[in-house]
Amino acid sequence: MTKKSSKKKVPGKASGRKAASKSPVSGSRSSAGKKSVRQRKIAARTKARIMVGMGTCGRAAGGVKVFEALEQLLKAGKVKAELEQTGCIGMCSQEVLVDVQLPGRTRVLYGNIKPVKEKHIKVLEQIVEKHLIGNSVVKEHVLGQIRPTDGEKPFDDVPYYEELSFNSAQERIVLRNCGSMDPESIDEYCARDGYKALTKALKEMTPDEVIDEMKLSGLRGRGGAGFPTGLKWGFAAMSKADEKYMICNADEGDPGAFMDRSVLEGDPHSILEGMAIGGYAMGAHTGYIYVRAEYPLAVKRLNIAIAQARERGLLGKNILKSGFDFEIFIKQGAGAFVCGEETALIASIEGKRGMPRPKPPFPANHGLWGKPTNINNVETLANIAPIILKGGAWYAGFGTEKSKGTKVFALAGKISNPGLIEVPMGKPLRDIIYDIGGGCPGGKEFKAVQTGGPSGGCIPASLIDTSVDYESLAQAGAIMGSGGMVVMDENTCMVEMARYFLNFTQEESCGKCVPCRVGTKRMLEILERIVDGKGEEGDVELLKDLGEDIKAASLCGLGQTAPNPVLSTIRYFRDEYDAHIHEKRCPAGVCKALFQYKVEDPFCKMCGLCVKKCPVGAIQGGAKKLAKIMDEKCVKCGVCIEVCPFDAITQIDAREKVEV
Amino acid sequence: MKVIIDGKVIDAKPESTILEAARKEGVHIPTLCYHKKLSPYGGCRLCIVEVEGIPRLVASCTTPVTEGMVVRTDTEQIKKVRKTIVELILSNHPNECMVCEQNGRCELQDLAYEFGLKEIRFVGEKNVHPIQNQNPLIERDYNKCILCGRCVRMCDEVQGVGAVDFSQRGFHAKIATEYDGVLSCEFCGNCVEVCPVGALTGKISRFKGRSWEAKKTKTICNYCGCGCTIIMHAKDGQVVRVSHSEDTTVNEGCMCVKGKFGFEYINHEDRLKTPLIRKEGKLQETTWEEALGRVAENLARIKKEYGSNSIAGLSSAKCTNEDNYVFQKFMRTVIGTNNVDHCARY
Repeated sequence: MTKKSSKKKVPGKASGRKAASKSPVSGSRSSAGKKSVRQRKIAARTKARIMVGMGTCGRAAGGVKVFEALEQLLKAGKVKAELEQTGCIGMCSQEVLVDVQLPGRTRVLYGNIKPVKEKHIKVLEQIVEKHLIGNSVVKEHVLGQIRPTDGEKPFDDVPYYEELSFNSAQERIVLRNCGSMDPESIDEYCARDGYKALTKALKEMTPDEVIDEMKLSGLRGRGGAGFPTGLKWGFAAMSKADEKYMICNADEGDPGAFMDRSVLEGDPHSILEGMAIGGYAMGAHTGYIYVRAEYPLAVKRLNIAIAQARERGLLGKNILKSGFDFEIFIKQGAGAFVCGEETALIASIEGKRGMPRPKPPFPANHGLWGKPTNINNVETLANIAPIILKGGAWYAGFGTEKSKGTKVFALAGKISNPGLIEVPMGKPLRDIIYDIGGGCPGGKEFKAVQTGGPSGGCIPASLIDTSVDYESLAQAGAIMGSGGMVVMDENTCMVEMARYFLNFTQEESCGKCVPCRVGTKRMLEILERIVDGKGEEGDVELLKDLGEDIKAASLCGLGQTAPNPVLSTIRYFRDEYDAHIHEKRCPAGVCKALFQYKVEDPFCKMCGLCVKKCPVGAIQGGAKKLAKIMDEKCVKCGVCIEVCPFDAITQIDAREKVEV
Repeated sequence: MKVIIDGKVIDAKPESTILEAARKEGVHIPTLCYHKKLSPYGGCRLCIVEVEGIPRLVASCTTPVTEGMVVRTDTEQIKKVRKTIVELILSNHPNECMVCEQNGRCELQDLAYEFGLKEIRFVGEKNVHPIQNQNPLIERDYNKCILCGRCVRMCDEVQGVGAVDFSQRGFHAKIATEYDGVLSCEFCGNCVEVCPVGALTGKISRFKGRSWEAKKTKTICNYCGCGCTIIMHAKDGQVVRVSHSEDTTVNEGCMCVKGKFGFEYINHEDRLKTPLIRKEGKLQETTWEEALGRVAENLARIKKEYGSNSIAGLSSAKCTNEDNYVFQKFMRTVIGTNNVDHCARY
């Protein structure tokens, strides 16, 4: 039913683009002339608009309170404005973000609005008074203005948002709508060319042409493995079966990664559109979104989006009168990291224990319920609509020879501007860490960056000019992964960091295969020994040896990559391991078993503040008596160092103190 | 289909896995989770091999052969990885082979021997599970379990019961019943049969004899007309254990609770060895002649006095089909009644 042998022409329409504007995509207001939907929408906007960043991140920072405060201010009736919520624009360090747009003027972003303090409510009042009523910006809190696209008048002396150092190196294809529109409004999505790609695919392209366009784009799976999406769709299309399935893998689980969540919360329709196009290309009529139950807002917005799309006839039977049927269902995961592995994910949807199975057979032949199944990651699917609309060649214009397009990263850790960023492939790490991320906070020295989450590897400062693409990262001993990027500074202990990531993967191992189940546990125990000052000669060699065997023998990607953080830190930071093992010293001063606090006699003024503040009563003295730290009681929380007004308490190596 | 394994050209059946093709030709590949009656699992990773053109080592138990495939089963890397795997399993396994029921037929023990593992490099936490022996037949000591999943697959795929499955995850993954309750199943004991280590054992056989001490006799189970092939293990003239036969016979190596565990009657003191006749209110031993004579006499008398239909015959499932045929023939033609039935209906 869905396979078309030739291009379909819409009767009476010269081009597909016009056909698109006549479709349900543009809602009931489709009869306007040559103006684009977007222009019409802008022109029709007579009311001022306020948008509050209310992804999970924005909410955590107090977005709901800001929203309510603004609601109250608007109720006062001085001025009328539409109050809307939007998804994450990526600038985590500036949450809560509030955007204001007056009719005919550029959209202005205000940042760092904390709802808890009285003075921030004042800022909101100022924004209402000065910006909404007075038509001028509140300079102190402004971040920037969005470059005008439809003849809006810009404000003087306000930097363009796109030119902020955080944004200058970015290229937003996946995140095109995140933080710029109301994710619960299908109209807004449509006004931003939403569902035009689906219309184009259904009306003007055969399934084979869609697959060819994907192949041309060079898009590779953004879940981590980097398999070419066009090829994957091609395999699923070639499989003959009465039923096929299209699955969106939204089981994002890497510590510190929030790319998929932001897209699902900020632009859910882009995923539905990508899935429908994929379904059309391979002949699938049913889609599943496997999303973590820990992402309730994403689930809620997906449900809203699915209902809206069904209502508009963009999902369901006979989509856009093309004869193509496609339904999407949501399956919530129960929180197992391994369910991000495709065969485990399929088992989980089928109601079985989420355990990977060996491949072959591959899901493209034998997947969900034994039928041909295609699984794409959220970010991959968010790329589909722009590729179909603008062409594979356009997309292939970004990136490197083998790694095309852009990649979204969740920049986290010891970085001045943490956030969600999207850069063209091939960008040097340096640009990401310094130009976008602003380097390590407090002028600390950059030490390394962990890419690819717990399955990835760390790249040391000496390799900061590594190009961010699949091949270069692999060469450096890391992986692209799904896009976590955790930055470490001079105060990060690399052994402890490796222990942290391995602790995560070994806890998330499903337990099916021996190398992963027992091997990662044994590696973790060795690492725990080392950070505890009980490392032994030969431990590093044992870690390397066991790590290589686990990588070689494990059943699925989890075990095959779990030793990476350990192996890559041994590769680049062997000296830190040796210091822990042989000198019983943690060079970064992080491992608690390897340092102690010492009161420097001449500096202690016997004020007793440390005695009072110590949460475990480990300090004696005060009131004209020299402070004395009882090492056996001390939990090394560092409160005494923080509170001492005279910097009289210092951290020393555990061995040093013994010698003293 | 031509496949080259360790330089030897082998004619393999299409659809077969590398492991099956290799074993057919006598190439040794160690396994623990593989069992020929069960679906391939790929969990123990011992059967890894190198295949030309595939960058990773693959599990030979799950990888089908393809035309012209070049396989190596014994490279230095493969040997090293296999040894590490056995070491890892042993690092979470009790070192109590001396008193283990499986001693001598334990597949893990054989592998430790094969790799000469006198010492293991990894020392760490071991899982501690209470021994589950609330029923009279099967003892589950999950401290010895290596999570090969054979019992799970046997119970699910062959027996169709699904009494056990995996629970928890990672290092603490274990085999469990529903909500960790007591074993509630048919007690067919096929899980015990496929367990490669001493995690599942038959309670009746415990400490009754080492595997090498018993005389093994292949025979037919006499519980019913199915005629399952079984192997009786006898020590000092006493049957101590029944195990399945690898032969492709009617039962394909499976048993039911009676065949597997119902052997104690053989040497039981209450077992009837002669017919009994009640004389003066007491059952007393007698000869077959006397007993059968008494039966014939009474049947003839009752038939004459009360008619054929006052007699009913009930036969046993332990009889063969031929015996049962003769019995119903006797009831219909000699006694003259259709009142004939069989214990298996009750």
